[in-house]
Amino acid sequence: MQRFTELYRTLDQTTSTNAKVAAMVEYFEAAPGADQAWAVYFLSGRRLRRLVGASLLRQWLAESSELPEWLVEQTYASVGDLAETIALLLADRVVPDPFASRGLADFVEGDLLTLRGLEHDHARRERVTGWWQTLPYDACHLVNKLMTGALRVGVSQTLVATALAQVSGLPRPVILHRLMGEWTPDAAFAAALLAEDDGAAVLSRPYPYCLASPIERRPGELSIDEVAEQLGDVADWQAEWKWDGIRGQLIRRQSQTFLWSRGEELITGQFPEIAKAAEALPDGTVLDGEVLAWQDGAPMPFSALQRRIGRKKPGAKTLADYPVILRCYDLLEVGGVDVREQPLALRRAQLESLAATFPDRLHLSEVLEATRWSALAEQRQDSRERAVEGLMLKHRESHYGTGRKRGLWWKWKIEPHTVDAVMLYAQPGHGRRANLYTDYTFAVWDGELLVPIAKAYSGLDNQEIDELDRWIRRNTRERFGPVRSVEPVQVFELAFEAIARSTRHKSGIAVRFPRIRRWRKELAPAEADTLASLEALLP
Amino acid sequence: MRPSDLALITHAHADHARRGATRYIAARDSVPILRQRLGEDQHIDAVDYGEPIPLGDTTVSFHSAGHVLGSAQIRVARDGEVWVASGDFKRDDDPTCAPFEVVPCDVFITEATFALPVYRWPSASEVAREILDWWQANQRAGRPSVLFCYAFGKAQRVLAELAPLTQQAVYVHGAVQTITELYRAAGVSMLETLPVDGRERRDYAGELVIAPPGAAGSRWMRRFKGAQTGFCSGWMRVRGNRRRRGYDRGFVLSDHADWPSLLATIEDTGASRVLTTHGHSDTLVRLLRERGVDAAELDIGPLEGDEDVADAAVH
Repeated sequence: MQRFTELYRTLDQTTSTNAKVAAMVEYFEAAPGADQAWAVYFLSGRRLRRLVGASLLRQWLAESSELPEWLVEQTYASVGDLAETIALLLADRVVPDPFASRGLADFVEGDLLTLRGLEHDHARRERVTGWWQTLPYDACHLVNKLMTGALRVGVSQTLVATALAQVSGLPRPVILHRLMGEWTPDAAFAAALLAEDDGAAVLSRPYPYCLASPIERRPGELSIDEVAEQLGDVADWQAEWKWDGIRGQLIRRQSQTFLWSRGEELITGQFPEIAKAAEALPDGTVLDGEVLAWQDGAPMPFSALQRRIGRKKPGAKTLADYPVILRCYDLLEVGGVDVREQPLALRRAQLESLAATFPDRLHLSEVLEATRWSALAEQRQDSRERAVEGLMLKHRESHYGTGRKRGLWWKWKIEPHTVDAVMLYAQPGHGRRANLYTDYTFAVWDGELLVPIAKAYSGLDNQEIDELDRWIRRNTRERFGPVRSVEPVQVFELAFEAIARSTRHKSGIAVRFPRIRRWRKELAPAEADTLASLEALLP
Repeated sequence: MRPSDLALITHAHADHARRGATRYIAARDSVPILRQRLGEDQHIDAVDYGEPIPLGDTTVSFHSAGHVLGSAQIRVARDGEVWVASGDFKRDDDPTCAPFEVVPCDVFITEATFALPVYRWPSASEVAREILDWWQANQRAGRPSVLFCYAFGKAQRVLAELAPLTQQAVYVHGAVQTITELYRAAGVSMLETLPVDGRERRDYAGELVIAPPGAAGSRWMRRFKGAQTGFCSGWMRVRGNRRRRGYDRGFVLSDHADWPSLLATIEDTGASRVLTTHGHSDTLVRLLRERGVDAAELDIGPLEGDEDVADAAVH
């Protein structure tokens, strides 16, 4: 564990990307295969399925530290990270690491994963609190991290791939592709990952998604002339609606079907009607598209799709009430051959001919015809009516990129709705926002009352966050655990994408993707918006 | 806070010493710094630690708080009842100021900036060793090391703690230099300091530079090409506090009492009543009450100390 603990420390102690890559390269070059595989697993943000519940860990922490539970809770709320809170409270010591000579894989497979096999909580407790009592600070912190969730040490999957590309001499996109989907972190995987030829590819493996960059300027949006200037001839661009669903990759290989989400989760079982439809596809076909709840030739609100997301095995009623489709917009594999390097125009032609045989749950995403930018802009005005987020613009000559490559795909979203709302509650954030009030609840007027309508976490710059944090501390009315109610006087302009009725919220409405646009210090709370003005925006 | 005729000053940090009083009383060692901050023309009476001062029907005395040079607790006695206001204090060793003195009292007004059990300080000499290791590693990589410290107190403590470990001179920001000279005049032994000269074009590769936190991200920083940055503060005990500001390194060094010191000090004073200010006041009060101590938060209005918020401006 010593090598991995040192890698973690090095990554944590620098903000330089080059230094991080260098540290990972050094680790990968020295570590044995199984350790390499587990390191890739954790560094790329993957986490172990839950081993011990967080509330149980907190209880053990209170018992081990001999502190009252409320104080443990308050401390945790301030630190914002359970793994770190435990290490700070219990392992504040410099001692030799008893696990120093053990490999990462040996520890994870031998001591961590086997926690699940222990029959009784007290056996789990004994092992876990044993680590807390004996490990030095760094090792205790790291073991807790591995046990409780993602590593979060400022490296992304792309950065890990950069290091692996350096170690193997392979292009980074190849590494990124091999890291997609499901794999077992073991020596064989590590060997295949770094090999020139990785042998028979994993049947279910998806391709890395091509991501779009926003066309916008903060604040406000670009004029048509500016868009035209930035993108050039409209004829070079394929325009489509930008759907508000779940990005999905549908794979049909060797008579098997896999549907992957953008977050690389297998969601085949959640959407059996799409899986069924995929049986009509020829073997060796991979489609990129959007899962949408769809009825009577139009998308249903996102809340309908949410009913489906949480159900691993949807029942007949759910299937009937919230039918879904896959709106297909790209073709990545034809006859088992990766066609991502072909220009979009060519991929599109093949997609269209394939779509001629699509069963009814697979739809072809239509291409919007326009000979002038102004004509596209006009169609874009219909977005809200059509329940889409705006337009997608894809260069006709573009290959299907890995990740967000500027210039290949653009999203030209419509301006969001906005509302002026009053801050009611604040709560400290987690991780790098620990001990800083960054999670806010906002309300609008319903007669004489302020009713909460949204929580928002983002949109302020660091300076504003600091200023607001100080204000919150001085203007607290009441404390409810980590939450503070504040004087209802600060007004903020919130932006959101869509609004729908909701029975779960007191206000009766739910807004989608709320975020802070501006701190409107010039507005008095009485000038904030009303619930009625929000209801007027309901579709 | 309203201006008053007479102000008793615990120490010269900006949140504890403001302009506007007709007359000030302060511990002798803090007077030069106080003058530098409040102006040369102020009426300031210097007193020694422990020297009794009759004020109305009370007797007032100043006692070392161990926070920074010249910092004091203030003891007020009347009719056999004793109150002590701690001001900011710490119990840890500090070569730049007199150590904290335990003053028995009936009512103890304590700061609570770091009143959470995760705040426990490593020894300052250990931290100085870490700083030196970091500086030397950056030196080998040909990079400047920019260490952010509060200009008054922390910067001098770092310079003093480093003194036994190296002979190398340290570059300092103007705000740090001014106070450092006052410390030297008071006989505090520290590493040699050199000013960062605005006009001179020089390469700071391998040098250690001490600057106030407010200089982070400013134009002034541009001269330190490829610098690694560090921050010295009790808040650096928690990783999120460091990561959100993007410092490469955090060094846990505070001039405030940590959690064990707060609890020990309250017990040491023998106070039957405890009033808390700053930081996690509410937490400390709740814990003390659970332990049967008569405790309450003292509302003294909005105050911000040198470490009240993790990224306080330059003091």
